[in-house]
Amino acid sequence: MTDIAAGPRRLSSTETVRAGLGRRKRHQIMLQGLGLAAISFAFLMLATLVGSLVMTGHKAFTQTHITLDVYVDPAEIPAAGLPRGGFRDVMTAALAERIPGVESRAELRALGAILSNGAQFMLRDRIVADPSLIGQTITMRVPVSDPYDQLKKGLIDRETPEAFRRVKDQEIAWFDTLMAQGAITEPFNWALFRNADSRFPELAGLKGALIGSAWALLVCFLISFPLGIGAAIYLEEFAPKNRVSDLIEVNINNLAAVPSVVFGLLALAVFLGWFGMQRSAPFVGGLTLALMTMPTIIIATRAALKAVPPSIREAALGVGASRHQVVFGHVLPLAMPGILTGTIIGLAQALGETAPLLLIGMNAFITSAPSTPFDSATALPTQIFIWADSPERGFVSRTSAAILVLLTFLVVMNALAIFLRNRFERKW
Amino acid sequence: MTSLAFSLLFALAIAGYVWNLMAARSIRQSGARMHSLSGFHGMYSFLLAVVPVMVLILVWQVLKGPVIDRMVLGGLPPGTLDGVNAGAVQLILSEIKSLAGGRTFGTPEDWKIEAAERLVGLRQTAAYSLVGLVAVVAGGLVLFARLRVGAEFRARHRVERIVSGLMIFCASVAIFVTLGIAGSLMFETYRFFERVPLTEFLFGLNWEPQIPLREDQIAAEGAFGWIPVFLGTIVITVVALFIAIPVGLLSGIYLNEFAPRRMRAVAKPILEILAGVPTVVYGFFAILTVAPAIRSAGAALGIDIAPNTALAAGSVMGIMLIPFISSFADDALSAVPQALRDGALGLGATRAEMMTTVLFPAAIPGIVGGILLAVSRAIGETMIVVMAAGLIAKMTINPLDSVTTVTVQIVTLLIGDTSFDNPKTLAAFALGMMLFLVTLVINVFALRIVRKYREAYD
Repeated sequence: MTDIAAGPRRLSSTETVRAGLGRRKRHQIMLQGLGLAAISFAFLMLATLVGSLVMTGHKAFTQTHITLDVYVDPAEIPAAGLPRGGFRDVMTAALAERIPGVESRAELRALGAILSNGAQFMLRDRIVADPSLIGQTITMRVPVSDPYDQLKKGLIDRETPEAFRRVKDQEIAWFDTLMAQGAITEPFNWALFRNADSRFPELAGLKGALIGSAWALLVCFLISFPLGIGAAIYLEEFAPKNRVSDLIEVNINNLAAVPSVVFGLLALAVFLGWFGMQRSAPFVGGLTLALMTMPTIIIATRAALKAVPPSIREAALGVGASRHQVVFGHVLPLAMPGILTGTIIGLAQALGETAPLLLIGMNAFITSAPSTPFDSATALPTQIFIWADSPERGFVSRTSAAILVLLTFLVVMNALAIFLRNRFERKW
Repeated sequence: MTSLAFSLLFALAIAGYVWNLMAARSIRQSGARMHSLSGFHGMYSFLLAVVPVMVLILVWQVLKGPVIDRMVLGGLPPGTLDGVNAGAVQLILSEIKSLAGGRTFGTPEDWKIEAAERLVGLRQTAAYSLVGLVAVVAGGLVLFARLRVGAEFRARHRVERIVSGLMIFCASVAIFVTLGIAGSLMFETYRFFERVPLTEFLFGLNWEPQIPLREDQIAAEGAFGWIPVFLGTIVITVVALFIAIPVGLLSGIYLNEFAPRRMRAVAKPILEILAGVPTVVYGFFAILTVAPAIRSAGAALGIDIAPNTALAAGSVMGIMLIPFISSFADDALSAVPQALRDGALGLGATRAEMMTTVLFPAAIPGIVGGILLAVSRAIGETMIVVMAAGLIAKMTINPLDSVTTVTVQIVTLLIGDTSFDNPKTLAAFALGMMLFLVTLVINVFALRIVRKYREAYD
């Protein structure tokens, strides 16, 4: 036998590769799977976030109302005594008309609690506006108070033992009677947009916050837009490359990353402390937000200016324009869509910014909308913060609703930015 | 009155513009060869009037309040303010102001009513003199600009110089802001360390920011050691990174290399949405959904979890940081030259092997830079922790426990309290100083890594 003993056969390299191929493919699939899982996790979280807000928030877009025939009793509300009068008693009496058998004062008080605290003031405003209503019977639709609103929306479990429930069995029976009479309706909650803040959830609205935010954004825009564009044009088109412009660049990049609460500290110490500006004023809020938005606008403007091809500049210079004329007559108009897109995105960020506004006191409890930027006001995000902090159950859904309003504004602003970019952006 | 001053200024400036424009045009029509276009003569007049008078009005507004206050206090009958401390003087002043605003509480003393009347008079005088001053100065400047109109006058050069000056001012605002932040923080922090020793703040293990209500009150001294607060910040940051780094990196890798183009086009904007959600919304999400979910999960497992556990705030913060890290990872991977990909694939590596052995190591500096920026964000993030984390500073690293953070303390110490003369409010500025310094160092470091790495391949 001259055969060479059959030792372990050496694998050819193709076979080595083939042997490992399954494992390597599994690795690839695993990495892909992990990546997919990661992205799905992020999407799931976004969906949970939006879903939980919509689930709790959509209920605040309607408000339970009760329709009553109110006899404006001249004995309770004498014309001479306006604007004072027993408006609450008149409203309660109108309610007692519908529920027979409520006699004792304690029962009447409990029955009256079905009505929102604002109901008496609605009656008062209506009668003060038209005193001839005294002595007549008028039909009024007023909001019910928070516990009954929750009851109507099914947020109070009727099965809970009475001791642990906010509305008692008797009160539920009254409410069901009113339901059966068709007095209870649940229309769109206009108060959410028409009213300013209130301690009572059923009366609280976002008007003050919306107007406060609008003022603050206007001030922010008026300050940060010119400053940002001026700074960006200088740095991009005119600044000599030296230490000073390097320093400014580093500064702008760092400012963009400074925590927002630090800007609040700056505003508190400098604007309120040293300059003695008004606390809680949207003007100061806008000023603070402008400082934070400016770096965003500068960075966006510089990118937009850079995207304008040099041939434009050279052509303009070639026909005798000065450098300023080149920039302001040709480069800047061409860069405008990019600048506006960056500005809108910056303003959208500013709209959602909360921490600096808290420090300058825009989280005060203010029950009227500001008429100038120097009046005390809240802003949309700080109003969300206030409501999130409120103990009343009704504010939970209202907070979610306010967040949905805020997110709607942000989506609209970002959509506008994307539209501008797609519509006017030029490819060179 | 201020708006009247502004409108007057702009009316005068626009009139100046038109006036100069007309003058320049008529010179041109008379056949002279002008150095500058007529419009520049007009702009010269406009800018010459607007810029200095605008500065004047702003300075006036800033100085008006304090000057009038001082004049009112100076005009009080001699002896009224003897031995009254600064806080009480402020109280008297605000009482006088509310009297002047027509809001009377109780029966004020006669000298207060008198002072209020003087305050009203002074305010009126100030308003009239501002309008007068604006009219005179702006009118004078417009007149001066008109006198300079001529064929030889280099209006364009003047205008461009003014505009350049304005732009340099705009660019330097960034420096002013940084200086303002550093200056105001340092000033208040210095006042804090006049009251609380530096060593106690830096090395103290107790954080109980209280101030004695009465002079002789015992056991309300307060303790200002920032270590437990900082520890809480670290705990929450670590929890956040535990979620954000793996999820962010893996989704960045997937989007960069494996995702079909159409999915990438959809997934990137959706991730951007997560980045655009305001933090106050995340805060509410934490208390509305995440914290109860964690608590009930804990109850199911038999673990006792604090109501405002660091886990809730941290994990929500982690969700917020996912898009941040994923887009940094995506950018860093895209910046790796195509040649490296081609080389790895050409040698027979699978795409996963190319990613883990070639692309990822090459992109690590950029990714680390992004992670560092995310860390600085997590440390400085305010609303999520204000709403979902605790208020009591504890020396613990247990994420199930409730911890507090630097930003929470800043906000809670300063909400509704503006007197800057006690260690409690000043402590917020000391914390703000530390926050600013820590994030600044991380940011500078991270930006340097990112930039250096980019240059290496370009």
